[in-house]
Order: sequence, then C-alpha cells, then structure tokens
Amino acid sequence: MEILVCVKSVPDTGEEEIELDGGQLDRDDLTFVVNEWDNYAVEEAIQIADKVGGSVTVVTVGDEENEDECDEVLRREMAMGAGKALHLMDEAFENSDAKGVATILKSAVEKGNYDLILTGAQADAGYSAVGGMLAAMLDYPYASLVNKIEAGDGKLVIAREIEGGNAEMNEIELPCVLSIQTGINEPRYVGIKGIKQVSGIDIPVLSVDDLDIDGSSVGEDGAKVKRVDYFIPETGEGAEMLEGSDDEIIEKLIEILKANGGMK
Amino acid sequence: MAQFFAYIQHTDSEIEDTAAELAAVAKAMGADSVTAVVTGSGIDAVASKAAEFFNEVYKLDADALAYPNAEVVRKALTAVLPDGSVILISNSTLAMDLAPGLSVKKDAAYLADITGIEGVDGDTLKAVRTELGGTVSTHVEADLSNGAVITVRPGSFEAVAAGVGGAVSDKTADASDLSAKRKFIEVVVPEAGGVDITKAELLVSIGRGIEDEDNIEIAMELKEAFGSYAEVSCSRPIVDAKWLEPSRQVGTSGKTVKPNVYLALGISGSFQHLGGIKGGLLVAVNKNPNAPIFQVADYGIEADILEFMPALTEKLNDL
Repeated sequence: MEILVCVKSVPDTGEEEIELDGGQLDRDDLTFVVNEWDNYAVEEAIQIADKVGGSVTVVTVGDEENEDECDEVLRREMAMGAGKALHLMDEAFENSDAKGVATILKSAVEKGNYDLILTGAQADAGYSAVGGMLAAMLDYPYASLVNKIEAGDGKLVIAREIEGGNAEMNEIELPCVLSIQTGINEPRYVGIKGIKQVSGIDIPVLSVDDLDIDGSSVGEDGAKVKRVDYFIPETGEGAEMLEGSDDEIIEKLIEILKANGGMK
Repeated sequence: MAQFFAYIQHTDSEIEDTAAELAAVAKAMGADSVTAVVTGSGIDAVASKAAEFFNEVYKLDADALAYPNAEVVRKALTAVLPDGSVILISNSTLAMDLAPGLSVKKDAAYLADITGIEGVDGDTLKAVRTELGGTVSTHVEADLSNGAVITVRPGSFEAVAAGVGGAVSDKTADASDLSAKRKFIEVVVPEAGGVDITKAELLVSIGRGIEDEDNIEIAMELKEAFGSYAEVSCSRPIVDAKWLEPSRQVGTSGKTVKPNVYLALGISGSFQHLGGIKGGLLVAVNKNPNAPIFQVADYGIEADILEFMPALTEKLNDL
C-alpha cells in the first residue's frame, strides 16, 4: 500500500503564556515542532506498511518564511521511518487558508499513486479541514477522527472516535483520505542519532510550477478565509482569582471547598 | 441576501440542544429567515421539533440516511441546498466529518468552530474563533459571496426561544443519489469497567501540567488526603500518553461528570474537555494566567501544580 501522510510544522505553545506583538504571534519567540496528531498518523502509516507492504511518503506545505521548520519536520518523520518526503514550497503558498492547502496537496497527490492518504485530525489553527477538503476535491471517500484501522483487500475497516468515546465502525473503499486521532498508537521515539541518519537525504522541493497549480487559487489571493489578528480574551471574566501567599491561597481554597461540598 | 440553513443533528428522536443556537447565529448574521434541514429515516417527530425554532424545515427521509454517515449526508445536502447558501452546523464529530467536504462541493467559504459573530459588512463576515488549543483567540474574515459552511462551537450563542412554528417540506426527492464509498457498520460502546469517576463528589483532575508519568503519584496523594469521596480524573492528553486509564477521562470523548467540586489542575480547558463538566463548582489551578479555563472557572489560582498539589496535600494531612 502506497501511503501519503500530510504533516505540518506548528508552534510549540505548550502550557506557557502566549505573547502577542501587535496582534500577531512573534515567530522569533516560538519554537516549532511537528503537529502532535501528525506523529500518530505517520506512526500508523509505518505500522500499516510494515504489515501489508508498501511505502510511506510524508509531505508538507510551506513558503520561504518557514523553509527550515518544514525541512526539520519532514526529516523528523523520516527518522521515524517514512521512506520518502516531499516539500511543497512557494512564495505563492503564503497565507493559504485550509482550502488553499488542500488544493496544493491535491496536486501532489495527483503526481503520485497513493492508495491511502492520512492527515492529523487537527492542527494549530483548529479547523480540522484539510483532510475532508482534499478528499472532496479528489472525490475519494473520507473519514475523520480515526482511531483504529484494519487493512483489507481494496478497503479498510476503520473506527471513528465519536461522542462519549464510542467507536463508529465503517468500511471505506481505497483510495481514501483519513484524519487520525491521537491515541490510535504510541508514536515511536526519535533520537538525535535517528535525525542525523536522515540529515543528508535530498528532499525534493516542488514549486507552484512543478505542481501545475494556478497561483491565484492558493495563498493570500485564493483565501476566502483570512485571520485578521490574534488576541487574548480578558482573563478573570469568569474566575475569581485567589491571591495572597501560598498559605493564604490554600486556606481560602479549603474554605471554598468546605462551603461547596468538596470537603467531608 | 443569501439563504440561511441550519443542519439539525438528532438522537433518539430528540434534536440536539444546540439546534436553537444556530437560529441565533443566523440572526446575528442578519438573516430574516432560517430553514432547518433534518436528515434521517422516520423523522417526522424530529422535523416537528425543529419547526419550533425555525421558519421552515426541509425533511430528507430515506433508509440511506438512517445513520448520519457524513459521506451520504454531504451528497444529500449538496444536492438539495442552493449554491450560495450559508449553511450552519453545530460543531461535533459529525460536523468535522461533514462540513469541510461540503464547503468544497459548494465552492463556499469554510469557517470552523466559531465562538462569536462581530457582524457582516457587505459580503464579509467578521467572526471570532480560537487557535492553538483554545489558548488564543482570533478575529477572522470570511468571503460570503458564494455562500459559506460554518460550524459553531456549542454553547457560544444564546439559543432562540421556541414557538416559531415553521412548515415542514419533504425534499427527499431532490437527493436521488445517496450511494457512498464509505459504509456505516455499527456504533460500538466501550466496555464499562475501571474507576467510576462519575460518582465522586470531588474530582482531582489533571492535565498536561502534570508533565511526567512519575508525577501522577502527586495527584493520587492529594486524592488520598481528601478521602474516599474524591477520585482522580484527567484530560485527554493523559490518556493518550497512557499514564491513566480511559475510564478516568473527562470530556466529549470521555465521561460526563457532575461532582460537587471539580478541581482542574494543569488543564488549559479545551471546549472538548469542558463539554464533559456538567455542573458543580469549578476551581482551576494553572501557571498560565491566560489559560482559557480561567474564563469559565468559578475560582482560579495561578500556580504551578507540581508545587501547589504537594502543598495542599500537606495542609490537608495536617488538618
């Protein structure tokens, strides 16, 4: 089975406070990592290829601005075990919305011969859109939030994680697009040694011309949805913040717990 | 002006609570009239309930739609709804399956999981949504000139009142091809077992802020210091990391809980997590003063839980 996994470099915001500069994220202040969901997708692809044979290719979309982050992410996923990588990069791709990204990926899919295309169930912007859009553009069947895959002949049996943690079982024909939910597997660890081993590999970089894309259909020009700015909503709209020394805060908390049935 | 539609999700002949919120979204976008769309098999009762909140109801009643397989629903909606429409859907696992592809088939703008509407200026919708797991909000603009598919975060809009009393029209004949390359088999409910967090009066609930599997013990010690009425629960990343069993997960994909007090420790507060907390006092402890959980908590404490939990445990043990 030939498998393509779409991956993305995202800011690692963790649990830290986010700093904004004039309504924008300050890229220089951020570290970038592979989108968490994508690691599960790549691990799943490797496990399927190990079981039924085939290859795993990872692909990402970027522009000059994030060239290094994209390259890093692709190499990290190659160190996990993906055999091939494609770096789709062009100035024209900058500020693409989800549909723009799906349009770019569609061109890459059409230049290959893939049976199965995986994405993460969501990424930093939280649209959860690229997989479903890509499938609709290709007229492939799609399923989102997949947390179990069993490969069969010309089709897969998959579980979708739905409300309440229930599993919605489906049979889906190949070729298809699936978005992968976290928890489907345990992504393998990638060490510095593994990264070093793939550092010399030549990753093909494909531009808007290589991909035969109309530049006006992607990037800023093609985007029907634009982010104007970021902002941090007023804090404490809901919560009454407990202030004071550590001891005082804990005393106050215990009083609150007592008054609300939280202490017996 | 574009025609407005609201896709109504339903289970056991009851429409989702959020259906009436979609009517409010359309109103905030300046719609005079909103049409509900109901798909399923044997759905007259559902259609009548939807009519209480919408000016008109389109009913699509077919065996192929008995279970909402997004691939089939998408085909039906693509066929029945006019191009250029604004289509509203409450965000859910079905919405995530359905909406992105629908926007492509309709060549319409796609906005996901909006939490607010600032207004419509000509063909431009100005809306609010979150990014980076809810830790930051954004203003977005969408071009409505060829319609839009918009998913709406449940609970973000005040539902309109019942009593609209729209007429139901059967549009099933407009959706003739309901074949799909994906077939629904069944819904499997996970086996019960493990710890029952739904019975606890106090939940000591941990999130990413716990940082390491070895620190789970700190939360367990805090629970012990409270007593047998307390239990340890968690957010999704803790279960994904296999540090705690799935029976302890709170959220839309885990358990729904209603303790007297929910102590959220190092949990940023994604809406999927908050969707599982259905009552009681919410106290949040987080080192990030901008953590979204502080928007919804009753009380907040800005602290590193790895220092706060042992200090609280010690105090409780001294009482």
